[in-house]
Amino acid sequence: MNRKPHLVVIGNGMAGCRAVEEILARDPGKFRITIFGAEPRVNYNRIMLSPVLAGEKSFEDIIINDAAWYADNGITLVSGDPVVAIDRASRTVSAKSGATVGYDKLMLATGSDPFIIPVPGKDLPGVVTFRDLDDVDKMLAAAKSGGPNGEQGSAVVIGGGLLGLEAAHGLSLQGMKVTVIHLMPTLMERQLDEAAGWLLKHELESRGQVILTGADTAEIVGNGKVEGVRLKDGREIPASIVVMAVGIRPSTTLAKEAGLAVGRGIQVDDHMVTSDANVLAVGECVEHDGNVYGLVAPLWDMCRSLADGLVDTINPYRGSVTSTKLKVSGIDVFSAGDFSGGEGAEDIVLRDATRGIYKRVIVKQDRIVGAVLYGDTADGNWYFDLLKRQDDIADIRDALIFGQAFASGGGASANPIDAVAALSDDAEICGCNGVSKGTVMACIDGGAHTLDAVRSGCKASASCGSCTGLVENLLAFALGDEFAGERDSKPMCKCTSFTHEDVRAAILEKELKEIPAVMQALSWHTPDGCSSCRPALNYYLLCAWPGEHIEDPQSRFVNERMHANIQKDGTYSVVPRMWGGVTTPNELRAIADAADKYQARLVKVTGGQRLDLFGIKKEDLPSIWADLNAAGMVSGHAYGKALRTVKTCVGSEWCRFGTQDSTGLGIKTEQMTWGSWMPHKFKIAVSGCPRNCAEATIKDFGIICVDSGYQLLVGGNGGIHLRGTDLLCTVETEQQVLDYCAAFIQLYREEARYLDRTAPWIERVGLDYVKQRIVDDAQGRAVLTARFHHAQSFLQKDPWAARAAGEEKELHQHIAEIRPFAPNLVTVGAA
Amino acid sequence: MVTAEWLDIGPVDQLPVMGARTLPVQGGEEIAIFHTANGDVYALINKCPHRQGPLSQGIVHDTSVTCPLHNWSISLVTGEALGEDKGCVPVIPVKVEGGRIFISRKEALQGQR
Repeated sequence: MNRKPHLVVIGNGMAGCRAVEEILARDPGKFRITIFGAEPRVNYNRIMLSPVLAGEKSFEDIIINDAAWYADNGITLVSGDPVVAIDRASRTVSAKSGATVGYDKLMLATGSDPFIIPVPGKDLPGVVTFRDLDDVDKMLAAAKSGGPNGEQGSAVVIGGGLLGLEAAHGLSLQGMKVTVIHLMPTLMERQLDEAAGWLLKHELESRGQVILTGADTAEIVGNGKVEGVRLKDGREIPASIVVMAVGIRPSTTLAKEAGLAVGRGIQVDDHMVTSDANVLAVGECVEHDGNVYGLVAPLWDMCRSLADGLVDTINPYRGSVTSTKLKVSGIDVFSAGDFSGGEGAEDIVLRDATRGIYKRVIVKQDRIVGAVLYGDTADGNWYFDLLKRQDDIADIRDALIFGQAFASGGGASANPIDAVAALSDDAEICGCNGVSKGTVMACIDGGAHTLDAVRSGCKASASCGSCTGLVENLLAFALGDEFAGERDSKPMCKCTSFTHEDVRAAILEKELKEIPAVMQALSWHTPDGCSSCRPALNYYLLCAWPGEHIEDPQSRFVNERMHANIQKDGTYSVVPRMWGGVTTPNELRAIADAADKYQARLVKVTGGQRLDLFGIKKEDLPSIWADLNAAGMVSGHAYGKALRTVKTCVGSEWCRFGTQDSTGLGIKTEQMTWGSWMPHKFKIAVSGCPRNCAEATIKDFGIICVDSGYQLLVGGNGGIHLRGTDLLCTVETEQQVLDYCAAFIQLYREEARYLDRTAPWIERVGLDYVKQRIVDDAQGRAVLTARFHHAQSFLQKDPWAARAAGEEKELHQHIAEIRPFAPNLVTVGAA
Repeated sequence: MVTAEWLDIGPVDQLPVMGARTLPVQGGEEIAIFHTANGDVYALINKCPHRQGPLSQGIVHDTSVTCPLHNWSISLVTGEALGEDKGCVPVIPVKVEGGRIFISRKEALQGQR
């Protein structure tokens, strides 16, 4: 018979599930596993409850293991049914519902209970702790219902430690007036010294919280529900909710009743085995070597030792040195080790009052024993690593306080990659998920070559994301140039955590056709985006769904909304299209007449071989366009992220060196491409011979005519960063030129990021990739060409003609006018 | 009415959502009337504190507008430049009643010479 031993875990929290993960990683077939959880939900990241309360994350965001994880690993989850008794003699546990389950191994991961101060009123409805999602829901409900008379609600948080301050921050963000009552004179006195505590207090006060230190609670008052808190000095603070966050105690009742050895916590050995060899315990509920821990980091080490012990590998847990970070957005606080001073302790302190920075490193016998950082915590991990390793810092002592970059000798220009390279393998990278540098490196070695792959592989930076930069630096360190491309994949803007590529993929996959749908589907952080993401989204939609997307004029830059170029005085410039740079006396007459009629203050020949009329008022735009239309001219799109001009030389028709009809080909090319919206402006030129009078070698798409056909050039740019084109290929016929041009533009339209010119795009993806798509893959080229022409069937409509005919006329009109001395002071609807 | 404290400048549906329109004041400073996504109406002098760009032509997002000339973001509520930039443009009191926009006469005429 092959019946596997049964492992029963009491506690579906961070410690219990992490221990199970560690066991599965070592031997997935060793146990049948049942997990009991008191809360009716899957395993989530308890330390991320603060961002949930603050409204920065949802419950879904902080789930560590979803239902599929339990199913995939054959784990039975009994949630919402707490275990109430353990019978060690019969090796069974009984749950509240009456169910009894036998075990071979039992693991206690019961965590800790919030400590409730024994004052009158502590049991009133409205007194909550800050331990699980139900507590968060109660706090959110209190914030929502406000005060008794419909005014802003008031909350009191008892306890100015880590948890209390995070609760206060969240409630404050939820619109409550918050008072923090702290017994000690310094906030977070277990983690912070007086100076840092003072800075923190002032910062919180400036955010509108009331902080009462040295304040002792006498009574929670209220008739049937909480109405306020009375202090021992007689002061009374009104409140509709009171959060008790004075501390936690290991939850040991079950263990005690089962007769296990219990001190302050459940006593365990170095492999987390209790006084009963078949019973293990892990996490906040245990006492190891006289210590109990209330922070998340020690838990990771405990789980590793526990799992190793179960597979007979010796890896004793030796206790943990802990560090602390406060998860209150905009306030950076870090502390680690011992900062109480004492015999032989030397302080190194840096203060920068203007920047609100305080750093203190405590050194004993050339070794760091503690660190407190406020305002700039970038070097926290480095100090903590030196502390844990007990490195001799005598050589870098002078520069120690200025941080790793400086102390390592690089000064301000020190390379962040070198900085991560110098970290030891046990250095903690991700505090939320307890991931060390060694684990991240192993994950990268195992094939995770992108940030997303690392996040899903080992969970580093997958929770609060504050270590994303470190993880990216590790990727760059491990992969070298191979990672260079990936590092450009930053989020589109501060409104989202998705990259341009993520967003474009989602638009196609989820069939999103308007901006609000994209923002909803991808959980935009801002209500209606910003001036950076909105134009990009509008472009991505029109590119993905030609003829189907919903255009948002308010997400266009002014030039594209007004179909003219805004100038520094608020007037516009107007450029009619001149196909291939060729014009006629009639067109010139019409342009001259328009310049006179609308008082253009300057007529300028542009670099793109056409004429630009400056100083046109926005009210006059529809009429000047009507006049130019009447002479057969259309918009030149000189204002758009669009096809601008096709510049030509005269070619074989006139020039003694010309090899082909460059002017004629230029006109055909412009007639095919005009009106096309692109990620950025796009310029084309056709030169009739390699003398290249049309400067085709600095255009996005250049054509140089030669005797045998046409050289096609791509990725040139005459802007700030001069870049000559790369040769794409040589073709023989005009039709081929047009087909390759259409395919290249479509590839650029579909794959470049908004506001990328072709030059940086090609540098990023590589010329070989473009050649492969456009030259080598004939079928793919035909598909791209067809998609381009499909898009053009919707885009080749002169926007000027529509405006001249009266469309969107309010864009060109004032809403009203005020004339102080006229009989009618206000003229409404004035044109 | 010349003596009214609030001047009626037209129906609110004449303003594009997440957009703006202009209100010239003869002999004075042109005013930009903004309409946010949630329907609120704000008014600022139509001049960016940076290089006097026409704010009415900028992209409106949340309660701010980004100037079309150099991308300064200006709060529609306070007229202050947001982020690293420093500067302020006068705010003109404005209200919506019965679907019509009213602008404060005193401030609207203040810039008038």
